[in-house]
Amino acid sequence: MIDIPELALVALVGVSGSGKSTFARRHFAPSQVLSSDTFRALVADDENDQSASADAFDALHHVAGIRLRRGRLTVVDATNLQPHARAGLVRVAREHDVLPVAIVLDVPEALAWERTEARADRTFGRPVLARMQRDLRRSYGQLAREGFRKVHVLRGVEEIDAAEIRYEKLFNDRRELTGPFDIVGDIHGCREELEALLLRLGYGLRRDDAGRPVDAVPPAGRTAVFVGDLVDRGPDSPGVLRLVMGMVAAGHAICVPGNHEQKLLRKLRGRDVRLTHGLAETMAQLEAEPAEFVAEVAAFVDGLVSHFVLDGGRLVVAHAGLKEEYQGRASGRVRSFALYGETTGETDEYGMPVRYPWARDYRGSAMVVYGHTPALEPEWVNNTVCVDTGCVFGGKLTALRYPERELVSVGAVKEWYAPVRPLVTPAPARPDAVLDLRDVAGRRHVEHPYGTLTVPAENAAAALEVMSRFAVDPRWLTWLPPTMAPCSTSTVDGFLEHPAQAFADYRAAGVERVVCEEKHMGSRAVVLVCRDPDGGPFGPGGGVVHTRTGRPFFGPPLDDELLDRVRAAVTAAGLWAELDTDWLLLDCELLPWSAKAGGLIREQYASVGAAGRAALPAVLATLDEAAGRGLPVGELRERMAARSAEVEAYSASYRAYVAPTDGLRGVTLAPFVVLASAGASHADRDHGWHLDLADRLCAADPGFFTPTRRRVVDLADASAEADATDWWLALTAGGGEGMVVKPYAGPAARSSRGSLLQPGIKCRGREYLRIIYGPGYTGPEQLTALRRRSLGRKRGLALREHALGLAALDALAAGAPLWRRHELVFAVLACESEPVDPRL
Amino acid sequence: MLLTLTTTHRPATDLGYLLVKHPDRVHSFELPVGVAHVVYPEADERRCTVALLVDVDPLRLAGGRGRGRSQPSAPDSFTLGQYVNDRPYAASSLLASALARVFRSALRGESRDRPELAAAAIPLEVRVPVLRCRGGADLAARVFAPLGWAVAADPIPLDETHPDWGDSRYVDLTLTGTLRLADALNHLYVLLPVLDDAKHYWVAPDEIDKLLRAGAGWLAGHPERSTITRRYLAHRRALAGEAMARLAEQRLAEEPPADSVAEADGGEAPHRPSLAARRREAVLAALAASGASRVLDLGCGGGALLAALAGDRRYTEIVGTDVSARALALAARRLGLDRLPERQRDRIRLWQSALTYRDDRLRGYDAAVLMEVVEHVDPSRLPALEDAVFGHARPATVVVTTPNAEHNVRYEGLEAGRFRHPDHRFEWTRAEFAGWVDRVTATHGYAATIGGIGDDDPEVGAPTQLAVFTTTPTNATTRPNATTQTNATTQTTAPKEAGR
Repeated sequence: MIDIPELALVALVGVSGSGKSTFARRHFAPSQVLSSDTFRALVADDENDQSASADAFDALHHVAGIRLRRGRLTVVDATNLQPHARAGLVRVAREHDVLPVAIVLDVPEALAWERTEARADRTFGRPVLARMQRDLRRSYGQLAREGFRKVHVLRGVEEIDAAEIRYEKLFNDRRELTGPFDIVGDIHGCREELEALLLRLGYGLRRDDAGRPVDAVPPAGRTAVFVGDLVDRGPDSPGVLRLVMGMVAAGHAICVPGNHEQKLLRKLRGRDVRLTHGLAETMAQLEAEPAEFVAEVAAFVDGLVSHFVLDGGRLVVAHAGLKEEYQGRASGRVRSFALYGETTGETDEYGMPVRYPWARDYRGSAMVVYGHTPALEPEWVNNTVCVDTGCVFGGKLTALRYPERELVSVGAVKEWYAPVRPLVTPAPARPDAVLDLRDVAGRRHVEHPYGTLTVPAENAAAALEVMSRFAVDPRWLTWLPPTMAPCSTSTVDGFLEHPAQAFADYRAAGVERVVCEEKHMGSRAVVLVCRDPDGGPFGPGGGVVHTRTGRPFFGPPLDDELLDRVRAAVTAAGLWAELDTDWLLLDCELLPWSAKAGGLIREQYASVGAAGRAALPAVLATLDEAAGRGLPVGELRERMAARSAEVEAYSASYRAYVAPTDGLRGVTLAPFVVLASAGASHADRDHGWHLDLADRLCAADPGFFTPTRRRVVDLADASAEADATDWWLALTAGGGEGMVVKPYAGPAARSSRGSLLQPGIKCRGREYLRIIYGPGYTGPEQLTALRRRSLGRKRGLALREHALGLAALDALAAGAPLWRRHELVFAVLACESEPVDPRL
Repeated sequence: MLLTLTTTHRPATDLGYLLVKHPDRVHSFELPVGVAHVVYPEADERRCTVALLVDVDPLRLAGGRGRGRSQPSAPDSFTLGQYVNDRPYAASSLLASALARVFRSALRGESRDRPELAAAAIPLEVRVPVLRCRGGADLAARVFAPLGWAVAADPIPLDETHPDWGDSRYVDLTLTGTLRLADALNHLYVLLPVLDDAKHYWVAPDEIDKLLRAGAGWLAGHPERSTITRRYLAHRRALAGEAMARLAEQRLAEEPPADSVAEADGGEAPHRPSLAARRREAVLAALAASGASRVLDLGCGGGALLAALAGDRRYTEIVGTDVSARALALAARRLGLDRLPERQRDRIRLWQSALTYRDDRLRGYDAAVLMEVVEHVDPSRLPALEDAVFGHARPATVVVTTPNAEHNVRYEGLEAGRFRHPDHRFEWTRAEFAGWVDRVTATHGYAATIGGIGDDDPEVGAPTQLAVFTTTPTNATTRPNATTQTNATTQTTAPKEAGR
């Protein structure tokens, strides 16, 4: 039986003909085996070309490195008889913090020679084999010294044939423990505070005959986790050890070592360790304890594993934290990082080493909980949190309840030990406000709960420019509206879009009930409003109003005035308390269109109208004169007259969306979705709920808010559908843009097959579409051509952006780190660079 | 779109011979974008008018259904213009093409039936009811009047229901004069597209020849010839990317990288180098003094500074970054990166990067330049820039220039409270700049000296402010940006992994 770690670099060692390839085939998947023959063939088309060996091993080491980085067991099938060849493998394994393992296949030389001779492509002579055999003998004593953590020797054909591989977990792999956990920060001998904290957490203390706590029984199902630094500086390190060791022994707790335990162990083993940083106190306290207890302590500390990966890989606990590359790995530097963290090599004005803030760069998906660096308050940085709140320095002892993310603390009884450096609260600039170009740039695969999105590099490049030059502060940019696909193209005479198709589209997707919402013709406005005008959880300021591409809507001071109006209405409607929140994210349309798009209307739309309205009458006059001379221009004139009427109709269309505004006077806001509030995405609420809240805002300030007219339609009810169609016809005849049909169940609605639905399908009015498709698009020829429009790309884009948006709302609700939230919103913007027909 | 041409030469109907189009018939010609019709609304002995009417088919204009995958566009650009535009109504290069197609021989001054008349000046009146006139109605007079035309260009209101919107960019143009018909047609052929300033076709390599041929005899001495030539050839992008690049490079070279206001040094010394040039000189001097050899130009734009750095052998590695991919492409062309010998090219790198994001590639350089860059960043994002540059990239020297807001009063035509460039998010007074410099030095462990570029004005200071930051030794002090955290126990030797 051969035990090897689940993640390891396995080197097969043996002479030519010892059966390495056969052994590899029998025990490992073909993709796990990197054979030197294969790589020689890959680089030189000849697996026996020894002149290609250097290049072949180069490539082999490279591939092995990539596999190990990705956490894949890798087997190297080569003779591996030379120390330098093995050194290369050990180096690759160490670079990726996995254990190198050697399996030696030792067969009688005669058998190896027989097998070699049987192969036509092996041309070397017996002396070469003999030399290999000598190298093998010499290797035996060297393998362990060279760094192989396990060396398995299989002697003889029978032993080789009988071998079985058994995988063993690393000690740090405790993914099967799912908690819930109570993760306790650095205790440093503060036994009294530890007792109080455990009681506060609902643990029942057990005491020995002397009244000393020797165990604590957790509330049902919970487990305590200690992040280390149980000892030194404080008043009762032995008491803390006794309690923690008891809990660990009883299966009520697990514990990782801190650097102070490590140092204590060295001292107990008689090494020359200076009695500084509170070790003197511990040693003095231990002197009062029986020798057996001290021996138990030494054994306990010696048995601690540097870090744990828990809860299916979602939680990592290490004394000084652990970066993603090191999680679940085993090497000297992994252990060193877990115990001491990473230092910059610099020292601060107190003579203390400056720690490198690894958490700021952390991008892993596992939550990391650690201690080691005392601060007044624990702070979340990129899904990591340090729970050392300096109890021994007079701070407090803190536990994190997982998965609740709830912090529980008890204050220190007193300052037990004067800090070398004063405890500080973290800098006001939140460290996770730092974004890295790696989070957004280049070709990227963005994984989120609703799927995976690939962002092409050129789209990311375009979005980077828009995002960094024009968008609001990323902390405030929480969500961007997805693009919306129109309904399938209508065949109703004279119409490109018609409600019948919108209903049919949803019916085909298995939706039973939809809401038809009036589509306001204004500008999309996303409003993030805080209850406190001076600041909320997003940073200083009372909120933000931004466009569909994340730009400030009007800019100062109008945006702030607008936020004031929204804030007042939310207050009047009582929504802060009702949703238990201090901020609200609203999806709205701001009216009239001309308020934001006045320049565009004048430059683009009105100009076209002016040219048309001036040109066509002149054309008609000319043709009338020609007709007066008896020239046959009747048909041409008729066509031009129709053109003229179309231009008039077009002009009427854009004029309908122009209204005078002055500052905010004349401006109204039509909210239609309440996207999120503190701790909650509301994407799963139905549109009845959203519109009801919107109505209450309208009721609170009818002068500023515009209600959204709507019809709820059961798709089985033909008369309801007919009513809604009539309603749409009347709406669009009166200059309305049209309507948006949405699944009634809400933004996050799914089809009967469980896939995400289009969150809305727009159905635009016949007249409105003149400003999109051109004044004369209703002409029969044009309409025929336009009906061939293809919606696939637009629909795909709408769904991808929608999924990203839902993920962004979830991330916002869960308090995900900024880089993660930004990555999602950025991806939406990058999607918008995708070339699609802008008329859709 | 419509153009009419009237003559009162007698017999006026001879116009039909000159144009080779019978006045009593309707003539129609298929064009790539529609149909051209020639009709005579009036034709008698005293007065004859020919009308050229182009009936544009919007479908053909838009190029039919979908052009497949085009380049990704910026998420904010107006892309509907391809479908909703004035091309069916306003005179443009479409009309000029139709003119050349329909009146080919007349344009060349040839006439089989009336050769003497073709060579003679005759009284003419031309009307173009809708002409887009970029640059204002008076440009129409400036280009046509020197050719012997009396010009009436009446602006067309933008929208009669919104009188407050004022005039549109279109004019109703009437030209009267006594000219050779061929000259008149050539004037129209060249100048209508020039005024419209947007050609409907990709300009082919023979476009320069076409212009010179049509402009024979009148363009060379035309006072507006440079405008006419520039506009006529404005779309040389497809002619040759190289030629267009040179043009764009020149444009960028003439302008200071960020400032749209013509910043002058007191104004009275036109032979002195521009402020942009002096700024570059000052930055180069600061870099040279720092002893740097590996340098970053952050926000390099079109690469004016990069070109100067590339010419100096002391710089062994030069990196230009900009958030705009277009700016980087221009910089690459200006530097001639694809023509440089390998050894030269290897010194220079151009990367897209945004200064509010940390970028690992920028670490480990000797010096960085932020020349007229910080004022393009929203004040709320400045801490992110400071972190990315001073905290993360952390070059030993950082050179920053930015406008001095106090100096703005010296610029005529710059309204009080306005910035020198529309994209400036702020402009700092000297005190504000000093305050920012203090904050950066204190937060990130730098020392700085502050100065000015351009002539120092005793009251309001120099037009540009300059700060040179240098790192202070870090072993004695913390790097506070590194969220100083202290390991309470000095690390002893790393113990061996237990191998569990």
